[in-house]
Amino acid sequence: MLVVSTGAVGAAGALAAVSTLFVSMAPSERAKAAGAPVEVDLAKLEPGMLITEEWRGKPVWILHRTNEMLGKLGETAALVSDPDSKLPMQPKYATNIERSIKPEYLVLVGICTHLGCSPTQKLEAGEASGLGADWSGGFFCPCHGSKFDLAGRVYKGVPAPTNLEVPPHQFLSDSRLLIGDDAARS
Amino acid sequence: MLRPVMTWIDERFPMSKMVREHLTEYYAPKNFNFWYFFGGLAIVVLAIQILSGIFLTMHYKPDAEKAFASVEYIMRDVPLGWLIRYVHSTGASLFFVVIYLHMFRALLYGSYRKPRELLWIFGMVIYLCLMAEAFFGYLLPWGQMSYWGAQVIVNLFGAVPLIGPDLAVWIRGDYVVSDATLNRFFALHVIAVPIALLGLVVAHIISLHEVGSNNPDGIDIKKNKDPATGKPLDGIPFHPYYTVKDIFGLVIFLIIFASIVFFAPEMGGYFLEHNNFIPADPLKTPAHIAPVWYFTPFYSILRAVPPMFGSQFPGVLAMGGAVVILFLLPWLDRSPVRSIRYKGPLFKVSLTVFVISFLLLGYLGLKPTNIWGQVGGTDVATVVAQLCTALYFLFFLSLPIVSKLDRTKAEPDRVTS
Amino acid sequence: MKLILVMVWSVLFFSGLAGAAGGGYTLSKANIDGTNAESLQRGAKIFADRCLSCHAATFMRYNRLVDIGLSQSQIKQYFIVDDSVKVGDTMKSAIDAATAKQMFGVMPPDLSVVSRSRGADWLYTYFVSFYKDEATTTGWNNLIFPNVAMPNVFSQEQGVLRAIYATDDKSSLSLERETQGSLSARAFDDSMLDLTNFLVFMGEPAAEKRKQIGSLVIIFLIIFAFMAWAVKREFWKDVH
Repeated sequence: MLVVSTGAVGAAGALAAVSTLFVSMAPSERAKAAGAPVEVDLAKLEPGMLITEEWRGKPVWILHRTNEMLGKLGETAALVSDPDSKLPMQPKYATNIERSIKPEYLVLVGICTHLGCSPTQKLEAGEASGLGADWSGGFFCPCHGSKFDLAGRVYKGVPAPTNLEVPPHQFLSDSRLLIGDDAARS
Repeated sequence: MLRPVMTWIDERFPMSKMVREHLTEYYAPKNFNFWYFFGGLAIVVLAIQILSGIFLTMHYKPDAEKAFASVEYIMRDVPLGWLIRYVHSTGASLFFVVIYLHMFRALLYGSYRKPRELLWIFGMVIYLCLMAEAFFGYLLPWGQMSYWGAQVIVNLFGAVPLIGPDLAVWIRGDYVVSDATLNRFFALHVIAVPIALLGLVVAHIISLHEVGSNNPDGIDIKKNKDPATGKPLDGIPFHPYYTVKDIFGLVIFLIIFASIVFFAPEMGGYFLEHNNFIPADPLKTPAHIAPVWYFTPFYSILRAVPPMFGSQFPGVLAMGGAVVILFLLPWLDRSPVRSIRYKGPLFKVSLTVFVISFLLLGYLGLKPTNIWGQVGGTDVATVVAQLCTALYFLFFLSLPIVSKLDRTKAEPDRVTS
Repeated sequence: MKLILVMVWSVLFFSGLAGAAGGGYTLSKANIDGTNAESLQRGAKIFADRCLSCHAATFMRYNRLVDIGLSQSQIKQYFIVDDSVKVGDTMKSAIDAATAKQMFGVMPPDLSVVSRSRGADWLYTYFVSFYKDEATTTGWNNLIFPNVAMPNVFSQEQGVLRAIYATDDKSSLSLERETQGSLSARAFDDSMLDLTNFLVFMGEPAAEKRKQIGSLVIIFLIIFAFMAWAVKREFWKDVH
């Protein structure tokens, strides 16, 4: 009894000591600071334009969609594999057709859900995109040819399994966007 | 459940045999005292240093531009990084405390005497490796003390006649201690020396278990065996007797260890020196530099020997000699008995003087030479250090005579408690 | 042998007495409390407002001030002037290295770990020991850091002190107040203690946590020591 309990206490102590070593492998304050929420000024982002911001070392796209672009989402709904965003690739507040808080502003993590390449922007529809005349605008991954529409929804029959990820975000004011923090919303 | 697994292993690897030979049927004298804790503790500290070191390596950068900052990064930004770093820095100092006490035990009870000469030599090589390990590791924080300490010690090699200057440049990989030096010291500290240390520790233990442990009486327990079982009458199995005893000793040691780590990690500037919180500056030497405490006895000897023929080399030789002479101990001691318990007054006085000299040298090595003022233009402390240096060597050189002339007592047949 | 021993000890003893009477300025004791959040916050404010204009603390992140009881928004509001600086950033100096070097002749040192190399007493004594000295380029001097390149940035609050030389060779001096500052002598000393307190915190932000964890670890080890002792006694009761 004594031996068993002493052994147990000793093992618990040793475990605690060793766990400090493993705790040290978690992201440091520096990594957390680099991954801190990013504030973006949208005032200069014209309709139809896309800007790329860095958040946690990943590219985040902010696309100011025109009404025409938003109209295309109805067309592509039949071509994409998860039109209603059923899979949890976006926060709850962006689970809608536009996959965004404000319809015109699309916020996406620009990393292909297949194997982590960053897709290229093929925002313009039609022949000019190089993806054929019936292309309705979106993103194309050069690595393995995955295609996404203007809401980041993945096309059917491409390698990528899911829609592009919408990061947590919130609007601090009409023209100020905060990426990486949605505390006010949840 | 366990038995078939053990059988399976034993048919392929001598697991049970090793457990028997080194633990359950390794018969250790039953009269081990306080001094016999330190061998086991040294192994535990080695394990602590290796484990904490692995995790420090994940965050440390061996780059002259980044090293200092990466240590502060560990202290601030890495989760519990400060704890791992303090464990490593405290462990370094306590390693030497444990090793010095372990070596002193050998001195007390004649553990280096035949047939344990090779065991002693393995131990001495471990001690040398440990000094190298500590020296290389001390450069890594890249503070002022790191930098200038390394500068001074590497320059000692520069005092070797003829090849000295080239040797020092080769060790540094540069004309001063620099990024190249830091990078190679890092490699030596985290790979080369630890591998050598691990191998030597295994050799040390194998050779110990081959000849059997000495004991405070210095007599051979294998001489008195139970005729029925063939086991030493004064021996007890290492496991469970000494495992449970050593665990108790270890916990007491850990209380001391934790007290330092959590409440006095700088240990008043002796474990982590104040000047080492200033980044290395090759253009500015701190007013007073001293090595870390565990090197100071030898540093004192170095300083005590005056330059001769315009060369520092005699001092360097004396310092090296002070370490090397320890290797010869098994052959210098000619006493008919091993343990101090049965040695005569001559040896006891001689050992006492040696210990006092060694401690005094250690103390003086921490201080500037003018600490005790001057008499007739010479530093008093230097004269004392010279005297202690002489006494240090005198202990070894007089040992063959002292041990021969001494009035020893008769050893008992069986161990006393 | 014994004679030598007596000689060694007597040398030790007398030189110890001689060493005790050495010169140099004695440092004032900085009576600070690392658990006093208000003092630390006041110190942090002084540091951010006054020291960071020339010095940096490149290892210290603003958001570490959470440890002394400030919230993220307070840090942003009261401590960060520049809008582009995030709360997770480290404390950079307001002036760049080249300008600083031109102004002071030396680079103002980084203060992240200055408390660990200098110690609290030295820092506190240093802050309160500036005196007017026309002979230097800055017009200021310091008792414990002679000819320091830094001017007395707190002369408004402290007032002006002047050196009084006790001997002709100027080897020993004391300070005398020339003008009154905006703070009373007592209030000024307290503010410098706050600053010292903060610098000590900044030198090792984990220090208080370290002591808390340490107490638990040691209590655990002491309990475990009793258990280990009991096990040892149990196994050894038949060994004679």
